[in-house]
Amino acid sequence: MTKYYTFYPGCSAEATAAGLFLSTQAIAKPLDMKLMELEDWTCCGSTPYGSLDGLESVAVATRNLALAEKTGFDLVTPCSSCFVTLAKANLQLKENPLLMSQVNEALAVANLEYHGDVRVRLLMEVLLNDITPEVIATKVKQPLSGLKVAPYYGCQEARPNFGFDDPEDPQSLERLLESLGAEAVPYPLKNHCCGGALVISEEDLALDLMRKLLANAVENGAQCLATPCPLCQTNLDAYQSRVNSKFKTNYSLPVLFITQLMGIAFGLNNQELGLKTNIVPVDTVLANYI
Amino acid sequence: MEEKRRTQPFLEEVINVPGGEGVRLCIQCGTCTATCPSASRWEYTPSRIIAMIRAEMRDEVLSSSSMWHCLSCYFCTVRCPRGVKPTDLFHALESMAIQQGFRVTETRTPAMYRSFVSSIKGNGRVHEFGMMLRYYLTTNPLLALKMLPIGLKLFSHRRMPLLPRKVKGRDDLSKIVQKFREVRGR
Repeated sequence: MTKYYTFYPGCSAEATAAGLFLSTQAIAKPLDMKLMELEDWTCCGSTPYGSLDGLESVAVATRNLALAEKTGFDLVTPCSSCFVTLAKANLQLKENPLLMSQVNEALAVANLEYHGDVRVRLLMEVLLNDITPEVIATKVKQPLSGLKVAPYYGCQEARPNFGFDDPEDPQSLERLLESLGAEAVPYPLKNHCCGGALVISEEDLALDLMRKLLANAVENGAQCLATPCPLCQTNLDAYQSRVNSKFKTNYSLPVLFITQLMGIAFGLNNQELGLKTNIVPVDTVLANYI
Repeated sequence: MEEKRRTQPFLEEVINVPGGEGVRLCIQCGTCTATCPSASRWEYTPSRIIAMIRAEMRDEVLSSSSMWHCLSCYFCTVRCPRGVKPTDLFHALESMAIQQGFRVTETRTPAMYRSFVSSIKGNGRVHEFGMMLRYYLTTNPLLALKMLPIGLKLFSHRRMPLLPRKVKGRDDLSKIVQKFREVRGR
């Protein structure tokens, strides 16, 4: 039976994370999911807005929640940061009736109103709980047997805990990779930080964190990384050469979205999965599967 | 409003902002500091900042670059044995510092955040290229040259559209923000 969701791509989907957007759309069909893009959505505000003005950022996020509420479906985003931002706004509004009424007074100028009824969900959680790894396994046409993957979660997939994955030892990527026939290698730093947006303002700090992540993946025999997070992917993919020049290393680890790997296993074509948007070349590692 | 804030004890003020509620619960165990991936860059460590709030050191805390190094990894939040939620606290401190006119010079993170938010206000969504451009122009244009190779890689892989896509909702968004400021200022 087709499952329906209201879809919130997040700003990066239109630029740096094009591969996530394309591959998410592509796998929806074989999985019998209907992802209906939230009409006229605006930015969730993310960490920067909350850091400059915590309360106002809740109003910014809630415009999207109010629009989503009208659709009647769960609001699903593939972006870990959008997820945390929207889920946190939802929680703050529930815990703080005064804030809820102030935000609603502001929303009224755009003929919107929010009642607190939207369920904000991360695509990963939907894949795990609604679709399930068992069903995903039945869609696999090209098993990824022999592919050694470092499951990289980043931070906001599992933290702070909004009732989904284990914050210290998340397992959902391992379960998805297993359902595709791939091998998830042990990856102790799998839920450590890549530096996030601070790669822009504190590049040295972020490059140091990324070097550790890449080293740890290679030490454990990974041929590539798989991540659900648009920012993690961009950092590790686009800045990998920068890590190499700073630390005199020679990493060439493809960084794939888990949705891209799913699409490959489902036998979808490269174009649909946005594999051309990957900066560290993926062809050699994926030669047996694409 | 500003006057009232300044005569109020700092601890009180922190506790009253969303994210600051847990400060009183801290037992100074240092778990947040030990777990923080950027602690070595903080002028005062995470646990020390909490101690300073309780010691009423408003100016030292709010003028510090410390919390601007928070990466929002939330490790401290899930590991704090007292449920303090340091990540939310540090972002609340950033907000307070900005609103009370403190300016930090040791890190460019506030400038980056400002570029990000101005992109939202201008387009309704973040336009990553425009955001970066503004950030480099307002901080150090020479750094843009250093960033060029990465920008070109993203561009040639179709990940960095040069023009923003202004969405319809941006007008509604600015009206909402305007009204919200009016409502909370009462």
